[in-house]
Amino acid sequence: MTVRIQTQDFDIGVELERLRRTNPKIGAIASFIGVVRDMNDGDAVTEMSLEHYPGMTEKSLEAIVVEAKSRWEIIDVLVVHRVGVLQPTEQIVLVVVTGAHRGDAFSACEFVMDYLKTRAPFWKREQTPEGTRWVDAREVDDVAAQRWS
Amino acid sequence: MDQSELPQAAVSTTSVPVVTILYFARLREALGRESERLELPAGISSVDSLREHLRGRGGTWEAELAPAKPVRVAVNQDMAAPGLLLADGDEVAFFPPVTGG
Repeated sequence: MTVRIQTQDFDIGVELERLRRTNPKIGAIASFIGVVRDMNDGDAVTEMSLEHYPGMTEKSLEAIVVEAKSRWEIIDVLVVHRVGVLQPTEQIVLVVVTGAHRGDAFSACEFVMDYLKTRAPFWKREQTPEGTRWVDAREVDDVAAQRWS
Repeated sequence: MDQSELPQAAVSTTSVPVVTILYFARLREALGRESERLELPAGISSVDSLREHLRGRGGTWEAELAPAKPVRVAVNQDMAAPGLLLADGDEVAFFPPVTGG
């Protein structure tokens, strides 16, 4: 399991290659990338900044990965989450799950993202033409997380 | 005066639980602070009673920590239920619902 919080961008090609070569039993790799959009709640977003709770962030992500490994037959999980200032089209988060077969890898990847959205202590603040504002949590994310319980 | 007669000597022997409180995101900004150390007053022993105590500071504190506000609390970096009891040395964090990913 690898959990990384970083300001710099990540290269999915490098990350996937590294994971793929670690274990010849890997037959499936499922991945998700979250990206900064230029629009939210009807307003143009010109910049976003992400704050987190160092320590608890890593701890909560590791707990989510442990939970995923207990629910599905998977081999490994990588979570990379960026913090700091990001522009539209930039990558925010990467989740990669490796396994022998795609079914469990897909499900575990979705689960990790749904739990990350509702449990990992990150907060987004966005810059719009009217000024900066904290992004509100969405009920749709709670609903997405609840379907796994 | 002999050192042993200083009143501080008596104070240092009493054991008042002290917690570190952290504030994040919208709350940190609204309350104008990111952390503080607080000696728990008598009777303040749970997460919920600490929140109530902080509300008692009035103004922004009362507004931001109002019961209707969706404030989350973590104790020692684990999400905490309102009834969780606090202990000396605990790290208590108050923050809005998370919005990562």
